[in-house]
Amino acid sequence: MNPMQKLYISLKQKGLTVEQERVIELELRLAEEQGEGAHAHRPLEEPRDRGLYAWSDLQLQLDASPPHALPLSSLNTLDSLLDRDRQREEDGFPRKIRIGRMMKPGRDGGDKVVVVPSTVEEKFFHDRIKIQEEGDGEGEAEGGAGEGEEGEVIGEQPVREEKGPGDSGAGQGEGGSHELESNAYDLGRILTEQFKLPNLKDKGKKRSLTRYTYDLTDKNRGFGQILDKKATLRRILQTNIALQRVSGRGRINALDLVISPRDRVYRILSREKDYESQAMVFFVRDYSGSMSGKPTDLVVSQHVLIYSWLAFQYQNQVRTRFILHDTEAKEVVNFHTYANLRVAGGTQVASAYRLVNRIVEKENLERDYNIYVFHGTDGDDWDTKGEEALPELRRMLRYAARIGITIAENGYGISGKTEVERYLRNSGLLDERNELLRLDVMDKDSNEGRVIEGIKRLIS
Amino acid sequence: MELLSQHAKKIMEGCKERAREAGLSFQDESLEYIVTNRDMLQLSPKLMIPTLYDYWVQDVEVLKEQGRYELYPGNPYETVINTRPPISYYNDNNPDWLNVMIFYHVLGHIDFFQNNIFFRHTWDYDFTSRALSDKRMIAKLRSEKGRWVDYVIEFSKAVDNLVGYFDVLADLEKPDAKGPEAMLDYYFDVFLQQDGHAITRYVREIELYNTMLHQHEAGADKAFLDSVRSRHPEFESLYDKSRREKKPARGGDVLQFLMDNSPFLHHEENRWMLSVMSMIRSTSLYFQPQIRTKILNEGWASYWHEKLFLEDDRIGGHEVEYAIVNAKVTSMPRVGLNPYALGMRLFDYLEDKAEKGKISYDYDRIGDKNTRRHFDRKTGKGREFIFAVRENSADSMFVSTFIDQDFVDLHRLFVAGKRFNKERMTWQYYVKSRRAEDYREMVADSLYHPPLIKVSADDKGTLVLNHVFEGKPLVREYIEATMMGLEFLWGGRICLYTSEPVPVKTTAEQEEATMKSERPIREIGWKRFLYTMSGRKLSREPVSEM
Repeated sequence: MNPMQKLYISLKQKGLTVEQERVIELELRLAEEQGEGAHAHRPLEEPRDRGLYAWSDLQLQLDASPPHALPLSSLNTLDSLLDRDRQREEDGFPRKIRIGRMMKPGRDGGDKVVVVPSTVEEKFFHDRIKIQEEGDGEGEAEGGAGEGEEGEVIGEQPVREEKGPGDSGAGQGEGGSHELESNAYDLGRILTEQFKLPNLKDKGKKRSLTRYTYDLTDKNRGFGQILDKKATLRRILQTNIALQRVSGRGRINALDLVISPRDRVYRILSREKDYESQAMVFFVRDYSGSMSGKPTDLVVSQHVLIYSWLAFQYQNQVRTRFILHDTEAKEVVNFHTYANLRVAGGTQVASAYRLVNRIVEKENLERDYNIYVFHGTDGDDWDTKGEEALPELRRMLRYAARIGITIAENGYGISGKTEVERYLRNSGLLDERNELLRLDVMDKDSNEGRVIEGIKRLIS
Repeated sequence: MELLSQHAKKIMEGCKERAREAGLSFQDESLEYIVTNRDMLQLSPKLMIPTLYDYWVQDVEVLKEQGRYELYPGNPYETVINTRPPISYYNDNNPDWLNVMIFYHVLGHIDFFQNNIFFRHTWDYDFTSRALSDKRMIAKLRSEKGRWVDYVIEFSKAVDNLVGYFDVLADLEKPDAKGPEAMLDYYFDVFLQQDGHAITRYVREIELYNTMLHQHEAGADKAFLDSVRSRHPEFESLYDKSRREKKPARGGDVLQFLMDNSPFLHHEENRWMLSVMSMIRSTSLYFQPQIRTKILNEGWASYWHEKLFLEDDRIGGHEVEYAIVNAKVTSMPRVGLNPYALGMRLFDYLEDKAEKGKISYDYDRIGDKNTRRHFDRKTGKGREFIFAVRENSADSMFVSTFIDQDFVDLHRLFVAGKRFNKERMTWQYYVKSRRAEDYREMVADSLYHPPLIKVSADDKGTLVLNHVFEGKPLVREYIEATMMGLEFLWGGRICLYTSEPVPVKTTAEQEEATMKSERPIREIGWKRFLYTMSGRKLSREPVSEM
């Protein structure tokens, strides 16, 4: 019997509600399918061929850029677009520009972010009828030509892999060249300025960095910018004592003292090491079966935005650690893996918190860093009352500068009633330690705007 | 952007001669430009019209969230635009033979633009010049009104797919009020049908009219109308009365309705918005026929570039290179719908059919397969027939009239289905049907079809939109923003009636069946909903009964 099943049984003995049991069983089943079934319980995006109207002369005859190549020239444009958008809000219309589709902290560890301002032109359009809520999708019919009997399968296309260009997942966008590239720092600036994310309070200086300021701190004998009178007098006295012109007894006549040119001590402009605060961010993500699809997208995109914001706040002095968890937690090396890895296992939030605590303790991070922990989950937890998670969370609260928990609901529990949310609220920690612990709950259909709104809630 | 070289232009003039000889008709002048990729970047968001007005949305990527919304405005990207003179675009390093091929294709498009009746309303003016003056107007307004110009553009564009295109076309074809045609129309369409039990009389009158046509030919209309007048002395005065009566608005043209009736837009300080809206409306009307004739237009152009290129004596020796490019354009994809390939094959098929006299009652009556196959009247009317088709059809008619089982069998077409295979975690494509009806339905289903929304205003000054139910819901996420824009332009409350699918509750019995088959049986019913936008707040409530 595998450990997950054991866990399930031990939990069952402690008593589970029907609802909880249903969720756990679902995840167990997914685990058995080794992640392959991850899609089986969510509406499927069917693959689409290009439509009738996507064929054009230009593309076919001239090999010209397809119509979606668009002129995005500079960040200025983006700024002015965002200005316009802010103006819209003042005029009483909802924002229209989405800063969606970005985040490309790449496989190579660079923090490339691709900012693509995009928008939707809303009109009255006919929609398809969305009835396929369960996994057995029957896609829309398309045209075809060639051999084959009716009913014969003529080809297949795997579901898992590829993410279309419309996805907000990681991976370089299709028409990479014409997209606007900037780094996380710029994105952070945009977020801070345009979306009015709050600035960070200075949390005290800690670890030294290779960054210098210039100050009149060094002393120099003979020449310099400002005479250090006290030090000069002390020097003069030393000289005169050595010459035995001054003795311990009797009054000293200042006029009798001999002054050597080298006795003058000056303050001189010099390079100084500066001390700045530095952040260590733990991104923790639940990658259990129930997370697949929209909740993962939401969490990942929110975490990139948070990372960008922190990168701006800490002048790029942000170090990140990525932790994934199902029933067990593990650390992964880069964002790429963090964003893309999927497994289907059960869910135990405590495991992740425990790992974070252990890392912090072992590496003594508390001393040198402002520590942030952002945790994204769909709110399921087999540890339904938080019996294990809460003590770990309390420990974490002792050192963390901020813990932000995002619950992206997967849409098959009852909204606002996920286990994590429930035990967090019941624990009272949210009120007690409000300055350190924040919770943001969004449903799975949230858009970019909502994600940014959520960040405000987590970090303000 | 620069003009094509004289060398290439000379070749193209040669193409024009050959195309004319083959029967295409188009105006003498045309403009050809060389475009670089950079030019393309600037042109494509402007739908290839270099003089189109500026609008910030052109600077951002417009998300097309689901394939279906590509339907608008995907079409207008062409190498050739329907202007006077027509403008077409070329790469600067094209070899001559390729330019010849493209130019024949372009000539096919130009011929189509200038002869297909669905473009009737674009024949009287030059769109590029109009667009240029519009662009200047927008620039001027923007300097005065600032960002509000962009709001008006945005909100007008939100309904620019509801512009009453067919009404515009119908108005162009209206018969002369004084002529006998209009009177005959009135007599048969209105006068005779006023009382309910008129069928026998109607048939009698039709017969009378037909006999007169046979007897007099030329003066039949007049003679018939004289007889009507003598039998119904009141006819003339009723006819005059009906002409004077104001026609009720047909109500599909939301943009025009707003311009005519919105109290907000008729405030003195808001009148400038009307010119912006009318610009959006005319731009949209300009593109309407293009998007409704994609298959025909591309099919026609492909048909001709193939015919004319292969007959052109100047480009011998490049047949293989040509074949490669041509195959890319006009081969039937294994799965997917290529309008070039489908349209071209249909034209070929129809020409052949008409040539053999198969488009006739006699042929349709034959049941015997062998006789059908060898049916050949050698009419010599194939070309004539396809020219008539290019003049009088739009995609929907083209597809629903001419795709038949013979055509589907000839090209081994099928409807490809997709289904999700849980075990293999793949989407499987399979041959769903080889029946012509299904294929027709599939093509028809992928054609551009904006919702029909009737517009009116009630006594309390609320704008009432009534989405006519055609078995499809509206995209719900877009309703709020669209209505907010409309509210701004209307200056008051807006209501929208629309139908949405609601899952029908499964009974216990069905649930059991579901359990057994492991595939949930889902049924939907339709329910009418009322959306109300007031004070930029949207509310939604079910309408009890229609």
